[in-house]
Amino acid sequence: MQSSDPNQNQGDSRRNFLKKSTIIAAVALTPSAAVKAAENGVDERFAELFEKIPLNLTVNNKAYTASVEPRVTLLDLLREELHLTGTKKGCDHGQCGACTVHVDGIRVNSCLSLAVTNEGKKITTIEGLAEGDELHPMQKAFIKHDGFQCGYCTPGQIMSAVACIKEGHANSRAEIREYMSGNICRCGAYPNIVDAIVEVKEGGAKL
Amino acid sequence: MINFQYLRTTSAKSAIALLLKDKRSKFIAGGTNLIDLMKRGVLAPEKLIDINHVPLKQIQQIGDKIHIGALASNSAVADHPLIKEKLPLLSMALQAGASAQLRNVATVGGNMLQKTRCGYFYDTEMPCNKRQPGTGCGAIEGFNRMHAIFGTSPQCIAVHPSDMCIALAALDALVVIANAKTERKIAFADFHRLPGDTPHLDHNLKPDELIIRVEIPVNALNKNVHYLKIRDRASYAFALVSVAAAFEMRDNKINTIRLAMGGVAHKPWRLTAAENFLKGKEANVQNFEEAAKLAMIGAKGFGENDFKLKLAPNAIIEALTLAKTKA
Repeated sequence: MQSSDPNQNQGDSRRNFLKKSTIIAAVALTPSAAVKAAENGVDERFAELFEKIPLNLTVNNKAYTASVEPRVTLLDLLREELHLTGTKKGCDHGQCGACTVHVDGIRVNSCLSLAVTNEGKKITTIEGLAEGDELHPMQKAFIKHDGFQCGYCTPGQIMSAVACIKEGHANSRAEIREYMSGNICRCGAYPNIVDAIVEVKEGGAKL
Repeated sequence: MINFQYLRTTSAKSAIALLLKDKRSKFIAGGTNLIDLMKRGVLAPEKLIDINHVPLKQIQQIGDKIHIGALASNSAVADHPLIKEKLPLLSMALQAGASAQLRNVATVGGNMLQKTRCGYFYDTEMPCNKRQPGTGCGAIEGFNRMHAIFGTSPQCIAVHPSDMCIALAALDALVVIANAKTERKIAFADFHRLPGDTPHLDHNLKPDELIIRVEIPVNALNKNVHYLKIRDRASYAFALVSVAAAFEMRDNKINTIRLAMGGVAHKPWRLTAAENFLKGKEANVQNFEEAAKLAMIGAKGFGENDFKLKLAPNAIIEALTLAKTKA
């Protein structure tokens, strides 16, 4: 895993790398198929089993170049490779929402997303919300309203809460509860979570 | 998860060509069901063909039909102004399904192809004719609270899990499917299958085909509509029973009506007898009750799901009543 300056133009080097890796793999495997695939415009990687796939993505405004097995989820990439452990693994099956992150601005369960399908995407995790030492308004509101007990679901709740307002689905307590239903809290902090979201929504802060 | 090869493509044609090359490959779009099944070992494709970059996300009206691309996300469809205005039943059904995070990723085509949530299908230690033909059905004499009451077979009593599909069945949608050479259209009602002796087949999509879009005729069913979903908690759970109800009143009589149920069969269950009964009648509780009775002819419980024999007709009456109040 390498990180680099996001302002640096990576397009050229990335293309060259992909071209090289495709050629190398293709020669070793099935040259005619590779040529044919290239002719048909198929971005085919000829990944042999267990071969790693090159991956470029931006996480919290920082560009990363990675090389991952196809089976690695976005969640595991964030936690195990990028060491961004704020995003939590709860059920690992899309049922609890603890792994919620934003991909190109929309909330998703990172446990049900393969890292390789996020090529070129912009990911925001809980670590990317604050501006330096200044907490995000939703983080402040969760603290003020005691929107958690054990805290394990909190990063997912906050990421989901920010998206809930941005989507325009925070117009009533009932609507907030419905649109936050993908985030489970075993401690039962739900009323306080709704309080926090209502406050941020009514505060009108730019999220 | 067992590892696999990963390929990415940008056109429907090349996606189908890649699929034809290797029978052990599968398409991946949103992946919300597929990755879950792969993590559990229920499915283990050797190759995944990423079709997310194939341009099939458009939602638009063409002539008298609304076209929805197979890769449009569930939330994009549910929140689209055209769908909210002209097909509110579809929007309601989509919003009743899954969670906001899942709807943002799950696609229309993937929603149609999602697998049953039967616990025996998901547990690879258990017998299941759907997962492994010939091993038997664990649910028929087992834990079958979530299971079907219509169209079952001695091989399988699993239910189709989608909410979106119940609305699409009610709205007489068409499915546009492509193979390497041509496209074909089939009625939504003919897309999914009953279990019969082939419970491993959920639908009539052939192994070399890709869903391109669904087409829904624009209709007058945009006022008196309701999607009622009854589940174990208020949100984010699969249906015990759901009802898609839509009708159009003319001169105080029901002129057009569509009724379909979810959570009760291996496919979206259209209530044709109830529809035929209600057509031309007044929209009142007595008629709704009579229609619900007709809808339940042939229903059969398996023990734990016997409650659905009472819940389903009540849900039909409630959905129709709620649809009526929206006048």
